[in-house]
Amino acid sequence: MADMKATREGYGEALLELGNELQSVVVMDADLAGATRTGVFKKAFPDRFFNAGIAEANMMGIAAGLSLSGKIPFVSSFAMFATGRAYEQVRNSIGYPHLNVKICASHAGITVGEDGASHQCIEDISLMRGIPGMVVISPADVVEAKAATKAAAYYKGPVYIRYGRSNVPVINDRDDYKFEIGKGTLIKEGKDVTIVATGICVDSSIKAAEALKSEGIDAEVINISTIKPLDTEIILKSAKKTKKVVTVEEHSIIGGLGSAVCEFLSENYPVKVLRVGIKDVFGESGSAAALFEKYGLDSKGVTKAVKEFLS
Amino acid sequence: MDNLSLKKMANNVRKGIIESVHAAKAGHPGGSLSAADVFTFLYFEEMNVDPKNPEDPLRDRFVLSKGHTVPGQYAALAYRGFFPVEELMTLRKVGSRLQGHPSLGLPGIDMATGSLGQGISAAVGMALAGKMDNASYRVYTLLGDGELEEGQVWEAAMFAGAHNLDNLCVMVDNNNLQIDGTLEEVCSPYPIDKKFEAFNFKVINADAHDFDDIRRAFKEARETKGMPVCIIFKSIKGKGVSYMENNGEWHGKAPGDDLFKTAMDELNAMGEELEKEGDR
Repeated sequence: MADMKATREGYGEALLELGNELQSVVVMDADLAGATRTGVFKKAFPDRFFNAGIAEANMMGIAAGLSLSGKIPFVSSFAMFATGRAYEQVRNSIGYPHLNVKICASHAGITVGEDGASHQCIEDISLMRGIPGMVVISPADVVEAKAATKAAAYYKGPVYIRYGRSNVPVINDRDDYKFEIGKGTLIKEGKDVTIVATGICVDSSIKAAEALKSEGIDAEVINISTIKPLDTEIILKSAKKTKKVVTVEEHSIIGGLGSAVCEFLSENYPVKVLRVGIKDVFGESGSAAALFEKYGLDSKGVTKAVKEFLS
Repeated sequence: MDNLSLKKMANNVRKGIIESVHAAKAGHPGGSLSAADVFTFLYFEEMNVDPKNPEDPLRDRFVLSKGHTVPGQYAALAYRGFFPVEELMTLRKVGSRLQGHPSLGLPGIDMATGSLGQGISAAVGMALAGKMDNASYRVYTLLGDGELEEGQVWEAAMFAGAHNLDNLCVMVDNNNLQIDGTLEEVCSPYPIDKKFEAFNFKVINADAHDFDDIRRAFKEARETKGMPVCIIFKSIKGKGVSYMENNGEWHGKAPGDDLFKTAMDELNAMGEELEKEGDR
């Protein structure tokens, strides 16, 4: 069995390296440094860490001011508060002036688990994707989370990255793994159907493809870690081959990866698309695994959805 | 700059406000005029800025948290030489660098603002960066008094006070009028002084239309160490144009041609009077 690690761990590991590489990196949190993993940076670089307290809106504005003074601020909270509570600050104080701020939010999606719907952000991709010029990244595992964080530091402009709370399988621990903003990855070739997945649903999609194989369905699996800008080339190529596309994400089916893929395909190569995700409902309390199963995002759920879609 | 020169310049700034808002057929003259003397003092006396080097990392910063009154800032910037005075007439027009609310891309604009409550946070971030870098620059941010109803203002004040940002100068344009009425009629943020004091600010009260008092307030602000400063400028909304003074109606609309002429006649008469004062 693969190693299990939460994507937020990759964020903390990247921040530690970035603290040494770039003196201009400054990290802020809103009283969740332990949970978001900014705490590891705080310990190593106390002079470059600032706690805004439980005041996310102000934190975004301070980050804007820091970036206008040559710093590279990484600001963290839970996805719910970073993109929800502080949406308009992100939009007007960071997005509109196109500032070099990295909004790195943990506890995205329903795998927050027991805390329940108030803390399970399933709209963050949608909210951030709508802001002109905002890069939106949803890493699949700890390896990608670390690589994406580092790439964001060297990219000039606003970036949103979502990380998860729960441990998920490591799928990218190979020597030739490389992360590039805006580039998707072909994980498995297939000819019958394209599964486009993001975040921790990449793992369940890979496992679903294995299960489908035994039933005679040859699925192609693509990891879209950068949702904006979308790697349209890799999606178009696969859609032309399979003519059927399934999107899988731990996010509302409204406004996230599924919407981004549909927006592109409907204008450029209309094929039938099934969106697997949270079906316009709020989450609930429960273990991450139980919720993943209930909301049809585990490999069984994805397998079932793909089979129904093809029949 | 002596007080008479400041008064003359402030009168030019007021004319620039009326002319640009009239040409745009939209904008916010009331709060621009109430802050016109403060804008003038900031750009011609107080702040270390250079129109030839507007991005100088060592410059003092200014964030107009009450972004809707940017016609006043634009006029001050133009007369200070950041861009041609004629460009004021492009205010709010398609393709103009003079957006309805401050936007990056125009020399002298340090932060995009307009959504109330947000500018002060950016100013706090700039002041924090200045402290991190041991830089000598100061950060100024002007807020409306109605803007104090935004919760984010107090989040920012809490942070600035907690971090002893004595390179931060918050200013409140206290003209006591907001869109729906007086501050008390809407939702009173008073007492403003006690609130800032509670967040570890040094509070200074001043008359927004008396250059001696403005000078005294900024001097006291600069000399304050170990804590951020809030200057509460008691002001008259619409100051300088008789029919706009203390009249909330002129918060956010442009005068038509007849009232434009009345306003300009008054300001021109004031200009002539100031010239005579100089001759005496």
